[in-house]
Amino acid sequence: MNVPEKLRYTSDHEWVRIEGNIATVGITDHAQEELSDVVFVELPSVGLAVGSGDSIAVVESVKAASEIYAPINGEVVEINTEVENDPSIINGSPYEEGWIFKLRFDEKPDLEDLLDAGNYEDLIH
Amino acid sequence: MSGELKETPLREVHVELGAKMVGFSGWDMPIRYGSILQEHKAVREGAGAFDISHMGQFFVEGPDAASWLNKLLTNNLDKLGEGEGHYTFLLNEHGGIIDDLLLYRIRENSFLLVVNASKIAEDYAWMKAHRKGEVEFKDCSEEVAGMAVQGPRSTEVYSRMMGGRTLPPRNGVDDFEVEGQRILVCRTGYTGEDGFEFFSASGGGAHWFRSALSDGAAPCGLGARDTLRLEMCYPLNGSDLSPERSPLEAGLAFFVDLEKGEFMGREALVAQKSQGLRERLVAIRCLEAGPPIRPGAVVQDREGNEISRLTSGILSPSLGVGIGLAYRKPLPRWEPNWGLKCVGEKFPRK
Repeated sequence: MNVPEKLRYTSDHEWVRIEGNIATVGITDHAQEELSDVVFVELPSVGLAVGSGDSIAVVESVKAASEIYAPINGEVVEINTEVENDPSIINGSPYEEGWIFKLRFDEKPDLEDLLDAGNYEDLIH
Repeated sequence: MSGELKETPLREVHVELGAKMVGFSGWDMPIRYGSILQEHKAVREGAGAFDISHMGQFFVEGPDAASWLNKLLTNNLDKLGEGEGHYTFLLNEHGGIIDDLLLYRIRENSFLLVVNASKIAEDYAWMKAHRKGEVEFKDCSEEVAGMAVQGPRSTEVYSRMMGGRTLPPRNGVDDFEVEGQRILVCRTGYTGEDGFEFFSASGGGAHWFRSALSDGAAPCGLGARDTLRLEMCYPLNGSDLSPERSPLEAGLAFFVDLEKGEFMGREALVAQKSQGLRERLVAIRCLEAGPPIRPGAVVQDREGNEISRLTSGILSPSLGVGIGLAYRKPLPRWEPNWGLKCVGEKFPRK
C-alpha cells in the first residue's frame, strides 16, 4: 500500500498536502482500494467556507458511498472537475491526478492534529 | 461476527486470489477479487465464475414427487420433460413469495430444486410441513459445492473443463459422473448471459472452480453478480421479493400457471388478478449520469411527492446511469419519460 512520506493523513483515510497557505486533499491509496471502482464524485462549491470535520464532498463506488471531510478550517479555492468527469482517476492516481479539492487557510493549521505517514501506516495495518 | 459466518468449500481459492469477503445470508462470501466493474465486463464480454455454494439444493424423489411439487410451486411442472428445468415460486397461502427457485426434472420422478441461501431452512420447513404422498425429500445444501460460469464464452470454458462435453440446452440439466463423483450441470444463471451452474460434492468444489478459472473464466464476486442481475431486472429475494409480495405484483406472472389446477397460494392470486394489482414492481432508469442510486432511495413524481422507494438500485456499469427496481401503483396510462426523480441519502451541504 502506497503511503507517501511527505503527506499528512486523517483517520478518515484522506491525505493532505500543505504548500504555502493551500491544503490539497484527496483519499488515500488504502481508501481507494477499500472502496474499489469509484463511479461518482460530488464536489463542493468553490468559495465555500468550511470548518475542520465538515462533510464537503462524496466519493461513491459501486457498493458504497464515502463522505469526504475538510481536514482543516479554510475556504474551498479549487475543485478537481477531472475526477468529476472521470471518477476512476481516483483509483488510478489517488495522490496526484486524483486530488479532490484545495483549501486556502489564513491561520496555519496545527499539523499535530494530522497523522504523519508512519502513524497512518500503523492505522491501516 | 466473521466467526459466525459459514465458509464455502471454495474458500481456499478465494483466499489465494485475495478476494474481499463479506457476510451474505450467513455465509462468508467473496464480494470482489479486484474491480467489480472489470468482473462485470468479464461476464458481459467473456466468462466469469462465481461461487454459489451458499445456495441450497433439495432433492425430491418418489412416485408422488411430481404431483406434490406441482401443488407447492407456481409454474406448471407437467410441462417439464426429463432433463428440463424452469424458474418457479414457492408461495404462502396468501400468495406471498417465500422463495423463488429453479426446479429441474432430472428424471420422471426425480427433481432438483436450487433455492436461495437465505431461505434454505425456511423453504425446507415449509415444504416438509406440507409434505404429501410417497416422496423422499432431502436438503443436500451442506454437501454440495456450486459455481456459476456466466458469459458468452461459457460454452468454450465448459468444453475445455470437461474434455469436449457439451452443455445441456437452455434451462436443461445434465446429471453424470466424473471419476465416481456426481455432477449436476444446469444451463441457467443470474446474469442475463449464456452460462451454466455446476454442482458437485463439496470436496470437489475447489478443484472444479480452479478448473473453470484456468480454462478461461475470471473469478467474480457478489458485487458483480448484483450489478449483472439488476441490469436484467432479475429480482433478489429479500430485497425485491418478500412474503408480502406476490409474483403477479413482481411482474413475474409468466412463471405462474393459474390454469394448472390447485396449488398453494392460487386462490389469493386469482383474487388479486380479478381485483387488479395494488402495486407492481417496475424498473427505473435515470435519464442522466449521476450518483449511484441505492436501495431505499426515494422515488418522487414530478411534483416531488414520494411515490415509492427502491428495493434495489445501482449505477449500471453497462449503461453508466442509475437503474433500480421499485413497487408502485400502476399508471393509468404509459407516459414515457414521466419524470421519476430518485433521491438518495443527501449529505448536508452548506
